[in-house]
Amino acid sequence: MKRKRNPLWHWAGGLAALCLLVVVSGTGVVHAGGTNPAAKAKTDASQNLYNGSISDQWRAIKDGKAGKVSIPDQKSAILIQTGGQDWRVFRLETLFQWTAIAIAVTVGLLALFYIIRGRVRVASGMSGRTIERFTFIERMMHWTLAVSFIVLALTGLNLVYGRAYVLPVIGASGFASLTMIGKWLHNFMGFAFMIALVWTFISWVAHNIPSKLDLNWLKAGGGIVGDKHPPAKKFNAGQKIIFWLVILGGVSLSISGLALMMPFEWQLFSHTNALFNIVGFDLPTNLTVIQETQLAQMWHAILAVFMVLVILAHIYIGTIGMEGAFDAMADGQVDENWAREHHSLWVEEMQRGETKT
Amino acid sequence: MARMKFLCDADRCIECNACVTACKNENEVPWGVNRRRVVTINDGEPGEKSLSVACMHCSDAPCAAVCPTDCFTIRDDGIVLHSKDKCIGCGYCFYACPFGAPQYPKASNFGSRGKMDKCTFCAGGTDHEDMSDAEFHAYGRNRIAEGKLPLCAEMCSTKALLAGDGDEVADIFRERVVKRGFGSAKLGWDKAYEKKA
Repeated sequence: MKRKRNPLWHWAGGLAALCLLVVVSGTGVVHAGGTNPAAKAKTDASQNLYNGSISDQWRAIKDGKAGKVSIPDQKSAILIQTGGQDWRVFRLETLFQWTAIAIAVTVGLLALFYIIRGRVRVASGMSGRTIERFTFIERMMHWTLAVSFIVLALTGLNLVYGRAYVLPVIGASGFASLTMIGKWLHNFMGFAFMIALVWTFISWVAHNIPSKLDLNWLKAGGGIVGDKHPPAKKFNAGQKIIFWLVILGGVSLSISGLALMMPFEWQLFSHTNALFNIVGFDLPTNLTVIQETQLAQMWHAILAVFMVLVILAHIYIGTIGMEGAFDAMADGQVDENWAREHHSLWVEEMQRGETKT
Repeated sequence: MARMKFLCDADRCIECNACVTACKNENEVPWGVNRRRVVTINDGEPGEKSLSVACMHCSDAPCAAVCPTDCFTIRDDGIVLHSKDKCIGCGYCFYACPFGAPQYPKASNFGSRGKMDKCTFCAGGTDHEDMSDAEFHAYGRNRIAEGKLPLCAEMCSTKALLAGDGDEVADIFRERVVKRGFGSAKLGWDKAYEKKA
């Protein structure tokens, strides 16, 4: 059989970029609230006033030049904002098309993989003896994260596709009520997600530090591609990669989500760009609050779609892709032979009494 | 049929903000929301100009295009209305709108935007009977149904702000420009309205 790599590795390349953005958006929060973009734009505007023709002035306004307003809402000093058109194209064309393509391709690849590789069986058969893999607390934690993610993903996808495909079926007012409930769920489940994310990080980070074992595991195809079963502790390299993708992606989703929930308060992207500029980029650092919000929505959506793809692969290998794997998260009891094949070193540690589950 | 448009003559606007006040009063606009605002360019310097802006009631309205619940209605006379029953307060119309028209009353401190509010061209909303109390409570006055034009333009002391049939508004403005020998662009029109063939 042709050697195929674990689908999880297709995402590995994105990890480095993701790390950078998470770190950088985190820094943005710390410094948020310093500058007022409207005030800054006004100063810039005052400096080069009236040295052009009147037509030039109107052109500047059409390009987003800010004036002065005497009402408290200072962001309204911009007469015409130009980013909205790009955002509209992103929402109605880019996101609409590529989300469907990305999900279809991922599901297709997983189906193809299933056809070619088939289910990863327990080679030595089930022993009938079980061993506790995850405690009740760990399973609760995992399912809080999982259920909240699925609710967030579905209510998010509803904002992308609901109007086109659900609204015609259930009618305008029914769909509006459904989407309203969806928004509440999205806003509140976001907090369940964040709590579970922090909890997962704290409980599992010690088991997810990369080690030399991981390289061997990866070289051997993790036992998913070939039939060899490389040794692994509690988490193998594939699981470590999903752990870090979930943690970093989840943190970045949480930060951009909070920025959307409480708009116009944070300046994530101005600060992120400033950090990129240190290493030689030339990105704008005086984004207006509306540009910040548009970027936050775009980043939130792109990253969310990426995480949906990652989780689809995770669900595949945890259910139909591998015999005996789902038990670990169902009642926490896995077959001893399954554990020996997939987590040999962990079983040995357990039996020596060095580790508790 | 008439195609309703707003036009602000920047050579006449004196930044008195009466349009803002009249709008808030006539429509009992929620706290923190200004359906109309006056923006001054080059404030206190040579070349100072003021402009009154609200929803322009665009032909290919971005708000209507991006709304996840499809809550907008573009009437035959071009007025863009929305349904607060269907609005979920997601903020998308605000991201897309070039003129910053959609706004959200703060429903609570905790991330819940209320239903979007914006200029209705004094034409109420789409959920309720014309000129009913329910319509007034949700959207403000329906002056169009009463046979009147938007109050901001009707009471403008210098007649800088014009509202009504786009052709007539354009004619008045053209006549002014010819008489005084100069004139500003019809700001926002190329962005808001489709070109006549």
